[in-house]
Amino acid sequence: MKKTRNYTSLAVSLLFWLLLCAVVLTTAAEAKNLNVVTSTADMAALAQEVGGDKINVESIAKGYQDPHFVEAKPSFLLRLRHADLLVSVGLQLEIGWLPPLITQSGNPRIQVGAPGYLDASQFSEILEIPQGAVTRAEGDVHPLGNPHYWLDPENGRRIARGIANKLKDLDPGDAAYFQQRFQDFDRRLSAAEQKWDAEMRPYRGRKVVTYHRSFPNFTRHFGLDVIGYVEPRPGIPPTPGHTIELIQVIKRENCKVVLVEPYFDLKTPQSIGRETGAQVVVYLPSVGGEKQVTTYFELFDYDIGLLIKAFQSGH
Amino acid sequence: MRYVIRLAIAEVLFATSLFAQESTNPQAVPDQPDISALLQKISDLEDRIIAMEGQMRQLKDQQATAQPAPHSEVSAPALVAAPQQPIALGGAEGSAAKALNPDISVIGDFIGVAGHNPIQPSPSMQMHESEIGLQAILDPYARGDFFLSFGEDGVNLEEGYITFTSLPAGFVARAGKMRSAFGKVNTLHNHILSWVDRPLVTYNLVGGEDGINDAGFSIQRILPAPKGIFLEATGQLFRGDSADVFTASSKSDLSQVIHLRGYKDISESTNLDLGVSYARGHNDLGSNFLTQLYGIDATMRWKPLRRSIYHSFVLRSEFFWSQRQQLPLEQRAFGFYTSADYQLGRRWFLGGRFDRSDRNRLTNVTDQGGSLVVTYWPSEFSQVRGQYRFTRYANNIDAHELLMQVQFSLGAHGAHPF
Repeated sequence: MKKTRNYTSLAVSLLFWLLLCAVVLTTAAEAKNLNVVTSTADMAALAQEVGGDKINVESIAKGYQDPHFVEAKPSFLLRLRHADLLVSVGLQLEIGWLPPLITQSGNPRIQVGAPGYLDASQFSEILEIPQGAVTRAEGDVHPLGNPHYWLDPENGRRIARGIANKLKDLDPGDAAYFQQRFQDFDRRLSAAEQKWDAEMRPYRGRKVVTYHRSFPNFTRHFGLDVIGYVEPRPGIPPTPGHTIELIQVIKRENCKVVLVEPYFDLKTPQSIGRETGAQVVVYLPSVGGEKQVTTYFELFDYDIGLLIKAFQSGH
Repeated sequence: MRYVIRLAIAEVLFATSLFAQESTNPQAVPDQPDISALLQKISDLEDRIIAMEGQMRQLKDQQATAQPAPHSEVSAPALVAAPQQPIALGGAEGSAAKALNPDISVIGDFIGVAGHNPIQPSPSMQMHESEIGLQAILDPYARGDFFLSFGEDGVNLEEGYITFTSLPAGFVARAGKMRSAFGKVNTLHNHILSWVDRPLVTYNLVGGEDGINDAGFSIQRILPAPKGIFLEATGQLFRGDSADVFTASSKSDLSQVIHLRGYKDISESTNLDLGVSYARGHNDLGSNFLTQLYGIDATMRWKPLRRSIYHSFVLRSEFFWSQRQQLPLEQRAFGFYTSADYQLGRRWFLGGRFDRSDRNRLTNVTDQGGSLVVTYWPSEFSQVRGQYRFTRYANNIDAHELLMQVQFSLGAHGAHPF
């Protein structure tokens, strides 16, 4: 009888230790890496720069997709469900698809206002903030300013710093690692920025036309002059009347380059190109827009390379 | 402004260096590190201004939505994710109070009908529905959504519910009045449909335009599934009053809806969405008479990501079985629809639908029909649609109708369910 009791207590204590081990192992496995989900590929690239191998990062939208019109597919919920941090572009860019995903994720950590929700626009310099009354007569305007703000290296640095600070808050154990990664990114970005600035310096003041208002921060940083848009109003497809007007403006201003995002139809830009002799350049607003563009640095390298080629051949 | 400051500082520096050179005092020439330190300082200041601007935007945009209204003044600093003290917006109290208002949207739905339909006649023109949506994040744990529809016959609370988003173990719960999760089309508001009307089977078996829409609770959770498959279960408990489908004669005549949804991305542009639904409640004959509904829905979508705003294709079918206890005999009815919609360009959509359904009270009577639909979008916020509908009701009564619809949306554009 006593023997049986001994065996029972042995079994109970063994079970206890096994359970403890299991709990420790699972928490250790969970505590290993932070799961970061971002709305766009650019935020993912910047998070990867500062998070290194201490985070798993995934983007919802692809770089070659129009970030205004992403479908809120349930498969995204599978990622959001386990996310520790959600980084969004904000300024209502994702208003058509991110809110229901957040609501349905069943993940309290990433709800708006929770510690795991980060709106990167708060760190960035925002352009084209509408002054006075805002109406949709101006098209699909963003009342809080232009959400395509990540194409200025200065903003890239600020966003990276913001994400690094957030990662430090969420994972204080690796704070020094994130800080060191950010400093390293900062150094590399400064060096790259000098190179990009030097490459673009001869073309300051050059006139360009863009399809949508996707590049205000880029054109301002590199001193390009946007003289018109293929869209008559943001979000409104090209109309014949506006296209004729734009052709006249391009001819008058002697503009040589029309920049088009990879998700827009090339028909109208190409006919503008034929009429005016301007070159139509499929320009990437986001990391992942082309297969070879996988980092924030490669995005600028690629775009600046394209621009310079277009400007040079326009001579 | 920053650039003016920057320019001014640069000019001062330039002038100083000129002056220093002129004064032939070599020691007064500011050396390079000083200038770069100053430039660094300017850039740091610039960063701080931008951070402050960002915080102000956040205050304007999110402060309102992220906190409970009754305690707004007290809890404001605690909930804003700003590292510093919140900025005092002098004299902005009025607009700050407005910032607490929910997102408001209004969707107008105007329908004109030509042709003859002896069974289900429609007026020649009607402002079919004006739907007001009021949506906001309620507090850190929940959000609230209201949809009030003003129709020809008065006002109806189409939906009004609270969603608890921060429950443990991945549960999402709702309480209020809501469209039930029975199938696909039952969950959708009129303005998201690909047609002017709803499928015939909806009218014959599942409560018509309002559908199964009742006051109650809902709880849903994503279930574990093999990698890449999304599996979600929803359970709902309602009072038991839904159009002509369910009627609660006593308090205990509750109705239940269960929905299981499976979804998989076949490729980045194609996906498959399958669901099974079951609903059970009491019918208008009294507490002893049950109506049970079974449903299967299948949707295949295609949308190439690089041209997602120009082309898409959706193929959808829903099958419904109704089992209605009535005298003298239980009636078992079946109905379905199949629809296909193709987006031709950024503004044009072409669609078709085939309908066939028994009637839930007289199952030996079957109606069928078909529709062709053309939709044009002047912009994201308005839509013009034409639909030719042919219906062959039982006893060979034919109806040929031309439906025309104009829909327009004002205010915050809320997201559509997928």
